[in-house]
Amino acid sequence: MIWTNAVIQGLLLGGLYAIFACGLSLMFGVMRLVNLAHGDLGVLGAYFAIILVEHLGGNPLWTFAAVIPVAALVGYLLQRFLLDHALNGGELSPILVTFGLSIIIENLLQQTFGANDQSLNIGALSYQSWKIASDIYVGRLNVIIFVVAVLVIVALQLFLSRTPAGRALRATADNRRAAALSGIDPKRTRAMATAIALATVAVGGLFLAMRSSFAPTSGSADLLFAFEAVIIGGLGNLWGTLVGGLVLGVAQTVGSQINPADGILIGDLVFLAVLAFRPQGLIASRSVAVR
Amino acid sequence: MSDLLTGQHDVSVTRGTLGSRVALGVGIAVVVALIFAPAVAGDSATNNLTQFLILLIMAIGWNLVAGYGGMVSIGHQAFIGFASYAVLDLSIHGVLAWYAVPMAIVLAGLISIPVSWLAFRLRGGYFAIGTWVIAQVFQLVIAQQSNLGGGAGASLNDLNNLNPINRDNVTYWFALGLTVLSLGVTALLLRSRVGMALVAVRDEEFSAAATGVNVVRTKRLVFILSAAICGGAGALLCLSNLEVQPNSAFSIQYSAFMIFMVLVGGIGSFEGPIIGAIIFFVLQQSLASYGAWYLVILGGFAIIVTLWLPRGIWGAIDPHHRRSLVPLRHRIDYDEIE
Amino acid sequence: MALLRLEGTTAYYGHLQALHELSIELEKGEILAVIGANGAGKSTLLSLISGELRPRDGRVYFEDHDITRLAPHQRVRRGVALVPEGRHLFSTLTVEDNLLCGAAARRQGTWDLAAIYELFPFVKNRRKHRAAVLSGGEQQAVAIGRALMSNPSLLLLDEVSLGLAPVVIRDLYEGLLRITAEGTTLLLVEQNITEALRVANYTICLLEGRVVLEGAPSSLTQSEITEAYFGRQQSKDSSSPKRATRAKK
Ligand SMILES: Nc1ncnc2c1ncn2[C@@H]1O[C@H](COP(=O)(O)OP(=O)(O)OP(=O)(O)O)[C@@H](O)[C@H]1O
Ligand SMILES: [Mg+2]
Repeated sequence: MIWTNAVIQGLLLGGLYAIFACGLSLMFGVMRLVNLAHGDLGVLGAYFAIILVEHLGGNPLWTFAAVIPVAALVGYLLQRFLLDHALNGGELSPILVTFGLSIIIENLLQQTFGANDQSLNIGALSYQSWKIASDIYVGRLNVIIFVVAVLVIVALQLFLSRTPAGRALRATADNRRAAALSGIDPKRTRAMATAIALATVAVGGLFLAMRSSFAPTSGSADLLFAFEAVIIGGLGNLWGTLVGGLVLGVAQTVGSQINPADGILIGDLVFLAVLAFRPQGLIASRSVAVR
Repeated sequence: MSDLLTGQHDVSVTRGTLGSRVALGVGIAVVVALIFAPAVAGDSATNNLTQFLILLIMAIGWNLVAGYGGMVSIGHQAFIGFASYAVLDLSIHGVLAWYAVPMAIVLAGLISIPVSWLAFRLRGGYFAIGTWVIAQVFQLVIAQQSNLGGGAGASLNDLNNLNPINRDNVTYWFALGLTVLSLGVTALLLRSRVGMALVAVRDEEFSAAATGVNVVRTKRLVFILSAAICGGAGALLCLSNLEVQPNSAFSIQYSAFMIFMVLVGGIGSFEGPIIGAIIFFVLQQSLASYGAWYLVILGGFAIIVTLWLPRGIWGAIDPHHRRSLVPLRHRIDYDEIE
Repeated sequence: MALLRLEGTTAYYGHLQALHELSIELEKGEILAVIGANGAGKSTLLSLISGELRPRDGRVYFEDHDITRLAPHQRVRRGVALVPEGRHLFSTLTVEDNLLCGAAARRQGTWDLAAIYELFPFVKNRRKHRAAVLSGGEQQAVAIGRALMSNPSLLLLDEVSLGLAPVVIRDLYEGLLRITAEGTTLLLVEQNITEALRVANYTICLLEGRVVLEGAPSSLTQSEITEAYFGRQQSKDSSSPKRATRAKK
């Protein structure tokens, strides 16, 4: 029973990782850029929510409405004024620039808010749970996070496959040169991808803050989990990213069940095993996904 | 140009310049002076020099992998920490710490081979995060070894009964020797055919195939060498701190430091890491009191340099590779036959 | 008013000068064929017009606007569309999505999905397939269709016949003639000289980045073309331009 429980809790946790991962994957697909500050930007969103609640009060749930659009705007500007330049500077430059950004964000947060753990208190929702079997309880918030994660992935997939803007993203991911020659504005498309990525990672950041605690350096851990989810699932495939998130979540909770200190390590080892034995990821890339 | 593809062409390579011979002389003089530095400098200055040299060794190692190999690793702290712990472990098993250092370096190089099998499946930014994950695995695994002190770490007791000043001096000479060795290895590698091909491929002067060198194997060699060099820095850290603790031994900050030094000094140049390490060391000493701000400044510098001074300070001093202290940049003259 | 005007444009790749002071005018409704051997600079000329490459000197005017500094997608919005050499379809997207991407510039005109399917009926049957699985001829038709979806007033085509069977080439050229009938001006780059000169009403021959011959196809003789195509020295030992198409780099 404890193992069933661990798997269920792991699946729920995996949803959160999938939220973190989908933006990373989207940006990589559209512009071959791996944003090493991805996790930190999510954590930045969580700190923004903390400030909002501090000054305006209320249940932190409302901050989604404020943080998501701000995050999207920040993503747009970030792409226009920083990442686009980095992309022009050769292969190494985006990696170095986003790593620099990560260091700046983490240490600014540390300087401003201190190194202590924080969390967003959403009241009863944080401890209420549903009983789904004799001794298995699932936290309501965790279920909500999982459902939102699936919704985010479905919405993103629909956006990509059904809308002209989504088509432009897929076209740019597929062949940058041909996209520009077809009249698709590459800068706008990249900025859109980053805006979406930051909006989704902000959702992840807020959920993380509500679910457990976070600190200025949490972004690095989130980046690593997001990356592991992407690679486990398989590059260029949103469903794969969801599966990757779930596998990672289950690996961590089952690992913690074996030895409480081993959760992350087991997750890492599953990732390394996938890298060693199935480098294309668990779900092979299909045509409709962002590559 | 077809002769380029077959490799059957007359190439004359100019390596030495008058300037470079002068520079070599100056370099030897500096090293000799540094050998005798502890006699005049006093203990705390010697310790500072040791710290500086350790940073320099890291920068040399990272420059090799990123600047010449084109692989941005943000997981080289794995090798730093691994070698620190190797020294600790060896000394626990009765190996005198001094002897443990070269052994740790070799071990760091060896462990980097399986690491490269995994990491080389990833490219670019994903390679960067992949190495980071691997470093995390190193840390998590080592933090569980209770004989190595677990998460709390352990002290290197081996050298406790030595006179501290002698101990610090020997550590310093180790650091100096390793610095010279790493610089020498870099120079030798780059002057070899393999290194020439690597630079050519990186600068996109030729396609990989045209150089007739197996690029993956070459990159792996560079990766292993850089791991060993960074391992050397780690082993020295263990000697100079006399304790090892997983969080700090495997800290991502080492990557930040190495990136900063190499970028600012000039990535992919022989002199870059030296200049970068000097600047970084001075900044570190003068900004240490500003706490996290100093890292913010570091990150900001990294971005600014990447975008606006991509070849760093050395690149600005010597844009055409004419003044290199060590003439690694081969000036290639092709006699175009046919 | 010339639809397109290049004034003294030069193009470089690093130190290599690919085009020397080129001046070209193209009137509305014309079909201009640019011919020349491998490496003559034909694709480079098209990149100057499509905006993928900026000239080092000189200017590019389109409908009397200076478009020298506009990016490719901005030029598509103004009505310049390129079918690139090697087609460059979005291989992971369906045929229909490929075509719809071409409409990103949102220009008004006669070309829409239905019109493309009417022009190339065989493409319609494949519309749900991924572009990667199409045959060469089908892919070329999709590439042309995608460019047409932007309703261009100037359509640039880079070696549309490359690697295709003669029957397929004829079909494509048939389609091109119908495109001009809708009012689109064509600039064809070809190594398949026979087909290009059959439909063109003006031709330019490039050699090492310079115009070495120009005129209405009917006014040029076979030997003039051969000579211009290969340059003077080599013209003696090369009997037919066709040989050049086989000697790809
Ligand atoms: N991206 C590039 N970088 C460097 N040189 C280039 C590049 N593209 C073309 N060139 C060079 O510029 C010259 C003109 O090339 P271009 O592609 O315009 O020729 P082309 O007439 O289209 O040839 P082909 O018939 O083979 O397509 C050639 O010498 C070519 O090698
Ligand atoms: Mg061409």
